[in-house]
Amino acid sequence: MTGLLELLGLGASAELLSLSGWGGNLLRGLVNSLQIAFGAFGMGLVIGLFGAYGKLYGGKVTRDLLAIYTTVIRAVPELVLILILYYVGSDIINKISAAMGGGRVEINGVAAGIWVLGVVQGAYATEVLRGAIKAVPTGQIEAAKSYGMPAFMIMRRVTIPAMMSFAVPGLANLWLIATKDTALLAVVGFNELTLETRQAASSTRAYFTFFLAAGALYLMVTLCSGVVFARIEKWARRGQPSLKGGTA
Amino acid sequence: MDTATADAASPEIDTRPEAIRVAGLHKSFGDLEVLKGVSLTARQGDVVAIIGGSGSGKSTMLRCINFLETPSAGQIVIGGEEVAMRPDGSPANQKQIERIRTRLAMVFQQFNLWTHRTLLENVIEVPVHVLKTPRAEAEARARQLLERVGLAGREDTYPAYLSGGQQQRAAIARALAVDPSAMLFDEPTSALDPELVGEVLTVIRDLAAEGRTMLLVTHEMKFAREVANHVVYLYQGRIEEQGPPAEVFGNPQSERLKQFLSSVA
Ligand SMILES: Nc1ncnc2c1ncn2[C@@H]1O[C@H](COP(=O)(O)OP(=O)(O)OP(=O)(O)O)[C@@H](O)[C@H]1O
Ligand SMILES: [Mg+2]
Repeated sequence: MTGLLELLGLGASAELLSLSGWGGNLLRGLVNSLQIAFGAFGMGLVIGLFGAYGKLYGGKVTRDLLAIYTTVIRAVPELVLILILYYVGSDIINKISAAMGGGRVEINGVAAGIWVLGVVQGAYATEVLRGAIKAVPTGQIEAAKSYGMPAFMIMRRVTIPAMMSFAVPGLANLWLIATKDTALLAVVGFNELTLETRQAASSTRAYFTFFLAAGALYLMVTLCSGVVFARIEKWARRGQPSLKGGTA
Repeated sequence: MDTATADAASPEIDTRPEAIRVAGLHKSFGDLEVLKGVSLTARQGDVVAIIGGSGSGKSTMLRCINFLETPSAGQIVIGGEEVAMRPDGSPANQKQIERIRTRLAMVFQQFNLWTHRTLLENVIEVPVHVLKTPRAEAEARARQLLERVGLAGREDTYPAYLSGGQQQRAAIARALAVDPSAMLFDEPTSALDPELVGEVLTVIRDLAAEGRTMLLVTHEMKFAREVANHVVYLYQGRIEEQGPPAEVFGNPQSERLKQFLSSVA
């Protein structure tokens, strides 16, 4: 990176971006962003799995509650949700702490970010996974039933592996959204990549350099994710002949 | 013909233990009554062929026996153990259903192999995970079974890369892997191209010859006549006629059966 910048006559920028200076801050911001994206994505998957099963097999109350959850979350702009969930979340924690005789609680930024984005991701993951579960041929689930598999084993051994190939493309999108939604946490003062970038830029007035660098970092994350998800998809599609026609 | 039970063998007393007994089985889907009191007994070693027109309730009956479909009323006894049912026919004890299902291996019209697993993985799945057979043992047996149905060398192939006939033979290997006390076949050859039917029937014929208990829903009349020792003709949810194949096919009594046989001939 440095060499390339030098080559382009951007030596000053390279210096600004040095790891011991603002560049280091940017990388720390990136690590924070990735941590949150990862946690939120994971939390979203767990919520999504329960949500999808609840929507498909739950009772009426469960289904209604889940319908409200997914509808509201998907209807309200993410930025608004983040503000609501963040302040509601910290308010509740402080109330609980006060009720138990404690003082104000310092809210861990990463944990808060994961909680806020995880709730948002969960709504989308619920829909992705619900669609994927429904796409599993019923015959495969019936076969499992007819051989005496208990419900949970069917979910673990048949439904989830079989739905993977349908779910992975949607989940890959969700992951990318998660990485980019971390930028929205800047509004609640969380030190993720975007906020770090803004601080670096405004302190040095080198807006172009820093936002370009941040853009490059986001792009890199996307490209690496693409590679990883391509592999996951290949694995999830094992046993399905490729559309182009392949070999066993 | 309106006998209550369909004892498969001759009039003299049969001492072979019962494998499957169904008594007074009713099943409705909403307002549609599909089974209107079906009774049937299969003893160990019986091969019962179930024939009848489309929509007569053959699949529904088979599926009620292992509770893939919840009966509306009636009694189901598997290997002497009666399945506990609530008054509405739903199973009272899910654990019991699961245990009984492991003894009744089903072979489906659409094979229903698990597509994300290789043939070997399909065959060992239930022994390893449900029956808790040690993996090495299950694998050795699975290889034998796949070889037996003519699929040696295809252990690591995924089902989608095989012909329908091969998939159905693999599904039969999967069924045999649980060492079932009875096998339920629901039109095992109906989804196959004509030239693939023979290879699957050959496997089933061998199983019949070695004394496996089977309930076989089929449209292959010639085959039913050859392998079954008892034939049941279902008409609109009732057993219209039943008996040894020679009689049912050779000397049908009811007009409907006569008509049916001439229509499929
Ligand atoms: N899940 C269901 N819900 C509603 N109706 C059903 C259901 N399953 C079967 N039926 C109806 O029950 C009747 C009997 O169906 P069944 O599948 O048992 O017939 P079959 O004898 O196996 O016919 P085929 O030879 O076509 O397979 C049909 O009228 C069918 O439409
Ligand atoms: Mg049928």
